[in-house]
Amino acid sequence: MSMNTQGRPTAAGDVGETFRPKTFTGNRGLDMEEPLIFEFGSLETTGVDLDEDESAEFELGGFKRTAEIGLAGLAEPEAMRHYVRLSRNNYAIDSGLYPLGSCTMKHNPRLNEKMARLPGFADIHPLQPVSSVPGALDLIDELAHWLMVSTNTSAVAMSPKAGAHGELCGMMAIKAAHTAAGRDPKIVLVPESAHGTNPATAALLGYKVVSIEAKDDGTVDLDALKKTIAEHEGNIAGIMLTNPNTCGLFERDVKQIADLIHEADAYFYCDGANFNAIVGKARPGDLGVDAMHINLHKTFSTPHGGGGPGSGPVVLSERLAPFAPLPFIRKTDKGLELVETEAATKDGEQPFGRMTAFHGQMGMYVRALSYMMSHGSDGLRQASEDAVLNANYVRVGLQDLMSLPFGERPCMHEVLFDDSFLKDTGVTTLDFAKAMIDEGYHPMTMYFPLVVHGAMLIEPTESESRAALDLFVATMRDLVMSAKRGETERFSGAPYLAPRRRLDETGAARKPVLKWTEPAPAEVTPAAAE
Amino acid sequence: MRYLPLNDTDRSDMLARVGVKSVDELFADIPEDVRMKGLLDLPKRASEMEVERKLSAMASKNTAAGSVPFFVGAGAYKHHVPATVDHLIQRSEFLTSYTPYQPEITQGTLQYLFEFQTQVARLTAMDVANASMYDGSTGTGEAVLMAHRVTKRNKAVLSGGLHPQYREVVEGLSNMAGDRVVSLPADPTGTEDILSQIDDETSCVVVQSPSFYGQMIDLKPIAEKAHQHKALLIAVFTEVVSLGLIEPAGTQGADIVVGEGQSIGNGLNFGGPYVGLFATRQKYVRQMPGRLCGETVDAEGKRGFVLTLSTREQHIRRDKATSNICTNSGLCCLAFTIHMSLLGQAGLTKLARINHGNAVKLKKLLAGVHGVEVLNSAYFNEFTIALPKVAEDVVEQLAERGILAGLPVSRLEPGNKDLANLLVVASTEVNTDEDRAAFVDALKEVLA
Repeated sequence: MSMNTQGRPTAAGDVGETFRPKTFTGNRGLDMEEPLIFEFGSLETTGVDLDEDESAEFELGGFKRTAEIGLAGLAEPEAMRHYVRLSRNNYAIDSGLYPLGSCTMKHNPRLNEKMARLPGFADIHPLQPVSSVPGALDLIDELAHWLMVSTNTSAVAMSPKAGAHGELCGMMAIKAAHTAAGRDPKIVLVPESAHGTNPATAALLGYKVVSIEAKDDGTVDLDALKKTIAEHEGNIAGIMLTNPNTCGLFERDVKQIADLIHEADAYFYCDGANFNAIVGKARPGDLGVDAMHINLHKTFSTPHGGGGPGSGPVVLSERLAPFAPLPFIRKTDKGLELVETEAATKDGEQPFGRMTAFHGQMGMYVRALSYMMSHGSDGLRQASEDAVLNANYVRVGLQDLMSLPFGERPCMHEVLFDDSFLKDTGVTTLDFAKAMIDEGYHPMTMYFPLVVHGAMLIEPTESESRAALDLFVATMRDLVMSAKRGETERFSGAPYLAPRRRLDETGAARKPVLKWTEPAPAEVTPAAAE
Repeated sequence: MRYLPLNDTDRSDMLARVGVKSVDELFADIPEDVRMKGLLDLPKRASEMEVERKLSAMASKNTAAGSVPFFVGAGAYKHHVPATVDHLIQRSEFLTSYTPYQPEITQGTLQYLFEFQTQVARLTAMDVANASMYDGSTGTGEAVLMAHRVTKRNKAVLSGGLHPQYREVVEGLSNMAGDRVVSLPADPTGTEDILSQIDDETSCVVVQSPSFYGQMIDLKPIAEKAHQHKALLIAVFTEVVSLGLIEPAGTQGADIVVGEGQSIGNGLNFGGPYVGLFATRQKYVRQMPGRLCGETVDAEGKRGFVLTLSTREQHIRRDKATSNICTNSGLCCLAFTIHMSLLGQAGLTKLARINHGNAVKLKKLLAGVHGVEVLNSAYFNEFTIALPKVAEDVVEQLAERGILAGLPVSRLEPGNKDLANLLVVASTEVNTDEDRAAFVDALKEVLA
């Protein structure tokens, strides 16, 4: 063994390989257990120094709060450490490949963060005089331009706050258009493979959802569609179709679908969640789409932030453009005008209402425009091509071992496997996903779409290098072979190496504990008190 | 392109491995006649420096709130956010993580959501809070839909003190969903008769306190009347800092409390992204929209957190879901939670007192300006004044003098003569005595 001059060993030496100490703290080296703020903060502590408050006057009309609020406070170093420690229990794009199908977990450039924090964007109030924010209107108009050109559409409703909110906006525009035409159709068609938000949105607006069957290849069955349209003649408001669909396939018959829908006096709503596959390769307006939301937090790289904020502008065809909600920007000879109220509208502008207070997700607009400008027309197309190439590279790397439900055909930006390759192994899709965690990967989307059994939907995005994909494919192959060899323990109890083992979701739902409550003080029994 | 790791050698090797000659073969399912041959009619790629130059030029055309005496509120508030907050929310592990669908590797997100829910429940004095809505306005729309589900009725009564754009969101959603909305006329002084509007068909009464005009509203009699008719009281707030000083809606009998959380942790951002706070009674939890984080244990018995009660949600229930919401305001919740944990009860209370104190000072100064009348007797950090001139013109003239003075009510409620001279004015901890003096002096000049 090597020693330094004080006798401190400097080589690893012969240390026990398997011994895992049970630590006093529960920590495992860098892997820290962290209490809730309520368990170590105090009501007296504050980490914000505020000016002394000399005013003793209250004009609250007798509504002064008297009871404790019960908010724990932390000094700044405590808060810093607490949230840094929490952050280390999270998987993130910046720490590894995040192949969550349908979620487009691509790199989030930090230039975008920097731009969104310019005081001229971050520190402007939505209701300060319009004359004091011309650059904000410029930015929104510029992004709108990029979105409309990318989709070949006539208008864009910018304000929706996320994808599902965009769906709602698009479907409200469709409903408004029907109403304006004196129609009141009751049915919205939704393919089986759709995101859950599609039927939920349609139902929210009082529509009856009628499901459209898929063909054996996972795309919409035109004959079934024709039959359904005929069955409900005159009563169909529209179709909500994801394209590329959630099976990772482009709907080849999309133009026929659009024609059939239009012939039925209905509208074509496209769920734009998968737009990343086709930016610069095909424009939804050319496919007959009437409305499509664009998830800026997917396609255009604004960070997912652990579940938002998103942003879901909706591009609209010429037929739907007049119904775009408030607010919107009008181009005039004198420049841009912000239209915020019904009273300010002109002939031909028939907004169906308003989706949200103010003007939408400005912070996300800046980031998305920064992304789009950085890529440019050439970079946007390249990104889509790389995203599709990467997905196909994963597909060919795994198709001999895993099972493609629709045969060996090219996919778009994500590749879908079913669980038939796991048949008789005793390993489920869930087990397989959890074993990926031990290998340092975030699992793919699982059990979605619902149209294939035990679905595994892998979307690597264009942000992955070839070396990263090679390692991912090799890891997946190792896992598959391990499952096929019957090494079920690697899967059934996984993850073993994450901050937590599998969590009891059933128990959580049965007796929901949705907030922290002070534990009751331990009861002192008379016997113990003696 | 700096964001794309593949180089041309990679691409050609990978295409060969995939078994196609060109990348276009992978796009063969796109009908030939609509497959793009050339590029989109947009500029080509730009360097980081170039993007920065262009966007900075746009930003510099705007007047930042922090650069002038600033008194605009009306649903979004200029507050100081500690530097720690922005640093922490930019941690990669928070910023670039998805919705916590794999709880074993997203305990960071889940734990702060649990802390967030606890904070919101305590602030509002309600039993349970969800993991956020998009913002206060959309949350209010969802609250009305929830009340319809709970009561199996579909008539909502909206107070005239509700933020006009919140009202429009509720009306739009309800009209589309075939529900009924009774919206009372604008009520700057909090003197409307809302009680007589509540009947056995009413599903909910929606009341904002402090109101859009700043007026404090007594919710107790409204809750009482609503409950007599088996309707729900939805209490709305747009300034969450107020909860540090005023009695929460939860102790005044509200059934759903919904509001805007932007003031804590989140900047103005021209209106978004913000964070909707949503809380209710335990008995209604299964009718709640949005994500919920719950406590549980893992296979080794260690405490952990998961998204729960998802059988309410769209990805499970599809057309039977309580809402279509999916992505919410994750990172804005985090900013809220961090800022609130830095403040704690002691800091929040003090911050609220300073806000109120600054508003009291401003009110006194403005009340002393000839021709100005203050309409509110009880308020938190904003109130409404009646000017002797059209408020929109006054605000423009003040803006020319470098003062951003408040919101002319007519901007949101055009065409109502009674409101044309009204200005909603807010004063938070960021305002100094100099700011207030500058405002009042300029106002005197403009009104002279």
